[in-house]
Amino acid sequence: MTQATADQARGSVLAADGTPLKVSLRRALRAQKLRALMLIAPLLAFIVIAFLMPIADMLFRSVENQIVPDTLPKTVVALEDWDAKGDALPGEPVFAALHDDLVVAAEAKTHTRLGSRLNYEDSGMSSLLRAAGRGAGRMNADEPYEAQFIDMDKDWGDIETWRTIKLYSGAYTDGYLLNAIDMQKTVDGPELKPASQRIYVMLFLRTMLLSLTITFFTLLLGYPIAYLLAILPLRTSNLIMILVLLPFWTSLLVRTASWKVLLQQQGVINDLLVWIGLISDANRLVMINNATGTIIAMTHILLPFMILPLYSVMKTIPPSYLRAAKSLGANDWTAFWRVYFPQSVPGVGAGAILVFILSIGYYITPELVGGTSGIFISNRIAYHISISLNWGLAAALATMLLIVVLALYWVYDRMVGIDNVKLG
Amino acid sequence: MAALPPYASTGQRLWYWGFRAICVAVLFFLIMPILVIIPLSFNAENFFTFTKRMLALNPEAYSLKHYQDFFSNPDWQQALRNSVTIAPVATLLAVALGTLAAVGLSQPHVPFRGAIMAILISPMIVPLIISAAGMYFFYSRIGLQGTYWGVVLAHAALGIPFVIITVTATLVGFDRSLVRAAANMGAGPVRTFFKVQMPLILPGVISGALFAFITSFDEVVVVLFVGSAAQKTLPWQMFIGLREQISPTILAVATILIAISVVLLTVLELLRRRSEKLRGMSPG
Repeated sequence: MTQATADQARGSVLAADGTPLKVSLRRALRAQKLRALMLIAPLLAFIVIAFLMPIADMLFRSVENQIVPDTLPKTVVALEDWDAKGDALPGEPVFAALHDDLVVAAEAKTHTRLGSRLNYEDSGMSSLLRAAGRGAGRMNADEPYEAQFIDMDKDWGDIETWRTIKLYSGAYTDGYLLNAIDMQKTVDGPELKPASQRIYVMLFLRTMLLSLTITFFTLLLGYPIAYLLAILPLRTSNLIMILVLLPFWTSLLVRTASWKVLLQQQGVINDLLVWIGLISDANRLVMINNATGTIIAMTHILLPFMILPLYSVMKTIPPSYLRAAKSLGANDWTAFWRVYFPQSVPGVGAGAILVFILSIGYYITPELVGGTSGIFISNRIAYHISISLNWGLAAALATMLLIVVLALYWVYDRMVGIDNVKLG
Repeated sequence: MAALPPYASTGQRLWYWGFRAICVAVLFFLIMPILVIIPLSFNAENFFTFTKRMLALNPEAYSLKHYQDFFSNPDWQQALRNSVTIAPVATLLAVALGTLAAVGLSQPHVPFRGAIMAILISPMIVPLIISAAGMYFFYSRIGLQGTYWGVVLAHAALGIPFVIITVTATLVGFDRSLVRAAANMGAGPVRTFFKVQMPLILPGVISGALFAFITSFDEVVVVLFVGSAAQKTLPWQMFIGLREQISPTILAVATILIAISVVLLTVLELLRRRSEKLRGMSPG
């Protein structure tokens, strides 16, 4: 009670149970925060396990290289003192260490996996290591190993083989990431690959260029529709809205399938053009399995994502502004360009960034209608995961793509706010 | 511009109709690819274009044989079974966890609200191919790759942002004094949630569920990597069909999927109207 009296003397208010009101309010607030967090916690844990950890795993794989030091532990240590820039082969101790490591690896059958790992960097390593794993067990311990290895395959006497092993001997490597931007590790540091082997930068640029083209076309087609939706009375605009939302809700594969049917050389559009007489039967247009196919199909697929943000901005522009501009003497074009268009720019920005972000990560549609000239970086990622099995490079390419997308989202978030995304 | 005034000049008249013509053309571009599939799916031949007899409306040129193939072919039936066993479970998981979290997020004082929201929305932001790659790597480490539950978890994660967005949007219009009133009358938090809050936010929850369902039902990139042949879904089967040899059965499946999306769209539209009416936003 004395405490309470003292508090009262200092002029603070007390709650019913005698504690200062400030304290009990703070306690209530803490309980409230805790309750909110408890409600969120299960989902947060779920997303972390089912989604964030996979993404982290992928980022980790783009630099991970443990297979080399794990399979050749002694060789890696012995190679530490060797000067890769010089012309001399590593000495006998390194060959002896390689022999010991290979004997162990061949028993565990891990040398073939190491071979395929190093083969990504220097083709020929796979067969070299497979043969060495078989041969190491039969080697004579009394003679120098160096000669025996070079005897087995002269590539062991090639300094490039040793440079590759030395460059990739760390548990972590920037090699995959360098590969993803058409560079390679050399003893003199990272360098551009020879011009004939550069593919990824071009593929990234093509992905960007095609996405920009698609964004431009969606804007060109979407702007009039959004404008029409905004100026028509609600009853009519709701009907037109259904025409926009139906494609939005239709399965992506259905829409891709229909473009495949429409654009084929024996398809509906070519048949129609031949029937009208615009083109002859022999010169049917090639509109599929190239960049044109990708652009047409993806413009159609992404068009609703342009129209919806544009419409939500245009709806808020009061029509009286246009009337005011006209009554002040502006003609239709000036009134639109100087008064209406500037107010619709936030919608243009939001729609354009959204379409662009969605477009650069697309996989299915380019895969099905893009042929070889209309594919994106994502198709290359899928190729490395399921066909070439170079997971590190796939992860590195995906990391690059993720960085681009997150940077764009940051811009989008500043412009529109991610929580302000409206659905339907 | 909404209506042409009687004093409009020739140029204005021309533009007025020209603009409408452009809009009709764009709307035609939007809807035509979807509509054209429907009659083609009834083609009696194995062609992907209209035959002369179809254009002459000869009844013999039309048949249901592609639909028969869909309902009798074991590949397609297996795919259909997988789709209807994966999507509802993924939806249930996404809706249960998502609604709970959305209620938590809409409390007045949530620490790190921005960061939590960013994490929960992230599956929608990251391109599917990247999610698919990461899930493939990580799920194979923990033995979920190629299993039913692996696909369900992946699809639930992809559907959650939609549930969060729609439910938090409905909760913005929710009057919190109703919760206090219920508590005042002696209802516990659980009873308050189910008797007072849930019925009012139900339209948002259902539309979130529809989004989550369609996300899983239409999803193909992630299931291609995370699933194995035993989890082959309808979109996966379509993807294979389109990539390898395109069989007319795909057109029949596409028509069925279009019918499903029309139903979903109608339900969503009705829900939107009901929710607006509940919140007193529109008189209709």
